[in-house]
Amino acid sequence: MKRPPKHAPSRIRTTRELREFQRMMAAAIVRPLTAEDNLQPRWIDGRPMEKVAAEFVSPNDRLTSLERLQLYGRMYWFRLFDAIRDDCPGLIAALGEGAFARLSQAYLAQCPSRSFTLRNLCSRLERFILDNPRLTAPRTALASDIARFEWAQTVAFDGESLPVVDGSKLASTPPSRLRLGLQPYVTLLDLRYPVDSFVIRVKRRDTLRSEASNTPDSEAVRRTIRRAAPPRPSRTLVAVHRHHNRLYYKRLDPAAFRILRALGGGSTLSRAIAAAGPGVGPARVRNWFKTWMALGWFCAHGNKRRRAVSLL
Amino acid sequence: MPANRFNGQSDYGVGIGLRVPHYAHILSKKPVVDWFEIISENFMVDGGRPLELLDRILEQYRVVQHGVSMYFGSADKPDREHLRRLKTLVRRTKTPWLSDHLCWGSVDGTYTHDLLPMPYTFGAARRTAEKIRQIRDYLEVPICVENVSSYAEFHVSEMTEWEFLSEVVELADCGILLDVNNIYVSSQNHGFNPYDYVDNVPHHRVGQMHVAGHTKFEKYILDTHDHPVLDPVWKLYAHATRLCGVTATLLEWDDKIPSFDEVHNEALKANEFIDGAKKAAV
Repeated sequence: MKRPPKHAPSRIRTTRELREFQRMMAAAIVRPLTAEDNLQPRWIDGRPMEKVAAEFVSPNDRLTSLERLQLYGRMYWFRLFDAIRDDCPGLIAALGEGAFARLSQAYLAQCPSRSFTLRNLCSRLERFILDNPRLTAPRTALASDIARFEWAQTVAFDGESLPVVDGSKLASTPPSRLRLGLQPYVTLLDLRYPVDSFVIRVKRRDTLRSEASNTPDSEAVRRTIRRAAPPRPSRTLVAVHRHHNRLYYKRLDPAAFRILRALGGGSTLSRAIAAAGPGVGPARVRNWFKTWMALGWFCAHGNKRRRAVSLL
Repeated sequence: MPANRFNGQSDYGVGIGLRVPHYAHILSKKPVVDWFEIISENFMVDGGRPLELLDRILEQYRVVQHGVSMYFGSADKPDREHLRRLKTLVRRTKTPWLSDHLCWGSVDGTYTHDLLPMPYTFGAARRTAEKIRQIRDYLEVPICVENVSSYAEFHVSEMTEWEFLSEVVELADCGILLDVNNIYVSSQNHGFNPYDYVDNVPHHRVGQMHVAGHTKFEKYILDTHDHPVLDPVWKLYAHATRLCGVTATLLEWDDKIPSFDEVHNEALKANEFIDGAKKAAV
């Protein structure tokens, strides 16, 4: 968002004036709240916030201009915090509520939503974590792995599904010419931690706690997620995908991962199989392909543009 | 106006919002419901369970799309990707009309995901109406704009909210989704008579109505959609129905959502007022 004008326009006759007015109000709303959930006491130019709010918001007999504007600031932050929490239970469990709240606020302040849908809110979170390691230290590597993993779940949940490649095509096209695409909803992850089992553990623990409680499961009653012991580092290769519209995580053998990554990168089948490395017998490769075909992971090659968009 | 060009000449009765906690009940019990309103953005996705579920609903029910992020009042141009996805969904649902809010919520491509109130000026009305026309022409479906509940007013405003709504819909030649709960909430927050609002909008343009519950706080009322509809709102709804005619009506219940039957029974209370309006008309 561009810098707001120094003062809100005193009239709105043109689209330019309407945009300036909207920049002013949006800038006030998206600034992080104070620890007491109030608007910041000073505007970006140092003037008292009361004075700035009074320039464009009318007071009424119960609320000052600042208090009325503040309602919108709170609604903005509470709504986005709720949305990011919904998408990141694993990250909350890894960092703890306090650190996660600080991370969320910094992320949303630097990377406000650029999409019409909250579905995409966490699409830049992994990059942000890596660029701002102090916010997650000393668990930055784990946090970035979990952020990738949780975003991959969003992609797997409602990502595009292209027609599955015909099995006869595999048989009739020479491996040196055959290229296969990976379904856009499949994400291959090379992780430093076993975050798949960590996230499953967190979700299972919280589900059990929910079932043991009579507290209504309302968005208004937000449950605290307890911090969990971090997993030990262990390289983990996993595909996050869906099958019959249910989410799954599939651990992959390193050689299988290399094959899939090469195929996803546009290699021919013969080059992809070669990427598996020495010592991988044809029977193992055949079994892998049998499974992947059964899961419907392969589509026609050439959906890279769509895939890139879905991962932005 | 049971059927008019703003609601696709449809004759829909009382519906409810399609919400996640009710999916299993609806799919397994197949209750009789006149129509469901869906939040468009929840289904503007590329695949997966949301679209599978929507297709199953469409096999058995009439569905109307209601959006929350088109932001007719934002100065920004309409987002092309948003429009493309919305049109794809319109083709899928065959919604007879489509609604979204008379508000703004994004600027310079940054989204607040809120329904922010407009400054009620003639310039803002012209820009808003222009966008509604562009969007309707692209989507090729009638549009009804919904009045929002609000908690702030602006010095620059040149007219009342209902005058602004009237100005926009006349300039855009579109319909109104009259949310009587929002009118009530705003009337309490801003100190106007809600009946003045209902009396002074162009009744022939009302293609749909919303009712909902709200929450009172010490100094303001919030549009929370987490309660049954309160009496003053039903009374205002009855008044609006007398003026506008029997109109497609939807109950919004979006938080602390009770059982399907409780929500549906609450919505069906609207029929008492609809019957009253019919008798009065005879």
